Amino acid sequence: MSSLSRDEVARVAGLARIDLTDAELDRLAGELDVIVESVARVSEIATPDVPATSHPLPLTNVFRPDVPVAPVDRDAVLASAPAAEGGRFLVPQILGEEA
Amino acid sequence: MSDLTRLTAADLADRLASGEVTSVEATQAHLDRIAAVDGQVHAFLHVSGEEALATAADVDRRRAAGEQLHALAGVPIAVKDVVVTQGLPTTAGSRILEGWVPPYDATLVERIKAAGLPILGKTNMDEFAMGSSTEHSAYGNTHNPWDLERIPGGSGGGSAAAVAAYEAPLAIGTDTGGSIRQPAAVTGTVGVKPTYGSVSRYGLIALASSLDQAGPVTRTVLDSALLHELIGGHDPRDSTSIPEPVPALVAAARQGATGDLRGVRVGVIRELQGEGYQPGVLARFEESLDLLRSAGAEIVEVTCPHFTYALAAYYLILPAEASSNLAKFDGMRFGLRVEPAEGPATAERVMAATRGQGFGDEVKRRIILGTYALSAGYYDAYYGSAQKVRTLIQRDFDAAFARADVLVSPTAPTTAFRLGEKLDDPLAMYLNDVATIPANLAGVPGLSVPSGLSDDGLPAGFQVLAPAKADDRLYRVGAALEALLEQSWEGPLLSRAPELEVAK
Repeated sequence: MSSLSRDEVARVAGLARIDLTDAELDRLAGELDVIVESVARVSEIATPDVPATSHPLPLTNVFRPDVPVAPVDRDAVLASAPAAEGGRFLVPQILGEEA
Repeated sequence: MSDLTRLTAADLADRLASGEVTSVEATQAHLDRIAAVDGQVHAFLHVSGEEALATAADVDRRRAAGEQLHALAGVPIAVKDVVVTQGLPTTAGSRILEGWVPPYDATLVERIKAAGLPILGKTNMDEFAMGSSTEHSAYGNTHNPWDLERIPGGSGGGSAAAVAAYEAPLAIGTDTGGSIRQPAAVTGTVGVKPTYGSVSRYGLIALASSLDQAGPVTRTVLDSALLHELIGGHDPRDSTSIPEPVPALVAAARQGATGDLRGVRVGVIRELQGEGYQPGVLARFEESLDLLRSAGAEIVEVTCPHFTYALAAYYLILPAEASSNLAKFDGMRFGLRVEPAEGPATAERVMAATRGQGFGDEVKRRIILGTYALSAGYYDAYYGSAQKVRTLIQRDFDAAFARADVLVSPTAPTTAFRLGEKLDDPLAMYLNDVATIPANLAGVPGLSVPSGLSDDGLPAGFQVLAPAKADDRLYRVGAALEALLEQSWEGPLLSRAPELEVAK
């Protein structure tokens, strides 16, 4: 089974949108390598004939009547947002300069 | 009046109903207790005294007017900080949600409020419920009331410590891999993880959606049954909620308390004992088995060969689901927003800076592990294999429940360890949940009840597991064992805990 290098941890942290310091990367790479090696043993018994289970209880197609209900109060939601303006979330620019 | 904090929830409810005490008196007694001991225990992240007293006064008024009230009306309760509460700060133990006040209530909180239980406050926990010691909270450690130098378990260490320290008679926990049961075991209290879907997940800040389940944290089995019946049952806002009534749990607990278990088959899980389990924990477990036998239960040994892979499967499935669930903490709609130190403040860079600063070590570890397990090229080997192990574990349970009505094991392999002891070794920390994780993977319910003190003088727990939707069996067997043990101890185990120093 593959091991988890420092570069790989940096790449995955980028995918997960988490900035890490160099010290964090050093530590996490070592810890995650040990954890991945340990959990990889699941493949020992996961043979092709075993179906996968994604959910503990079999429930399918759960519907409710198509009746409108009151939404959560907008102002109450915006009150706890990092920034809001004109009844909307205020967010940073979505695209970088070069785009 | 300080005696009010020592009553069980059921006894307090009786005294409230008879008019012997008021809810304001009971609530104030618990707030006084919190003021006196929580400086040492630190079970609470937020105490909502004013709101609790207002609820209590309202219940007293309605009772005086002759209104028909819920059996637990007026009995105070503490709520784990992963459950959203309208108007009360909710952080899930994370810096990233510091100061966030939810605009709505979780379904279980709605039910608590509708029944008139004053909410004393929000309890400490490992950040986003990731941990077994509550040391991963961004807001400091909770201390085990039995020994303040030791962990209270986790992730729900705050809720367990609050009931163990008589700061609350009832509390809400959540259990994704043992976060209700393991804290119960190490604090000498009772905790129940209901069948997956028995209690609504609407308004729980999700960790791993296919594993999370909220449940009761109390000092007695009967109190857990009373609380489970209140918060359980179908909720159309949670599509995984079971569309059936919960079984008669309180009746099962009362039946069990008679101590008669004739005709009940109890299966001892061979894989959940032996190596790695503290001798004193195993000794208390064997004594409990003897008591069950003396009550008429038939004890059989069952084998669940795939349980040895449960921990590995869990630490793939949980991080995978968590990495997806925690993607919503992006610094845009709630909580913390951090701008990057240099360069353009684009949304993506703000997101990464916010998550880098707002998440603690364990959360980063698990999100990165989960992202890795789900990434292209690794999905089949890791996440796909873990899902197959889940099937094999469910089959083990099916085979075992064909031979036994309930399955039993020690709840946790050891008693409470010292604060800091396992903080630098994530894998050693994960092993605390080795006996509780299989139930979450299969969706079956589990209960932990105190089994006595280990050789080190600290509490150990006895775990009972039942088939899905047969939660009533937990309460019958749990209450029987509790009654028999308390007879032999001449009182509850918690009465042997050292008295906490009371702040003036």
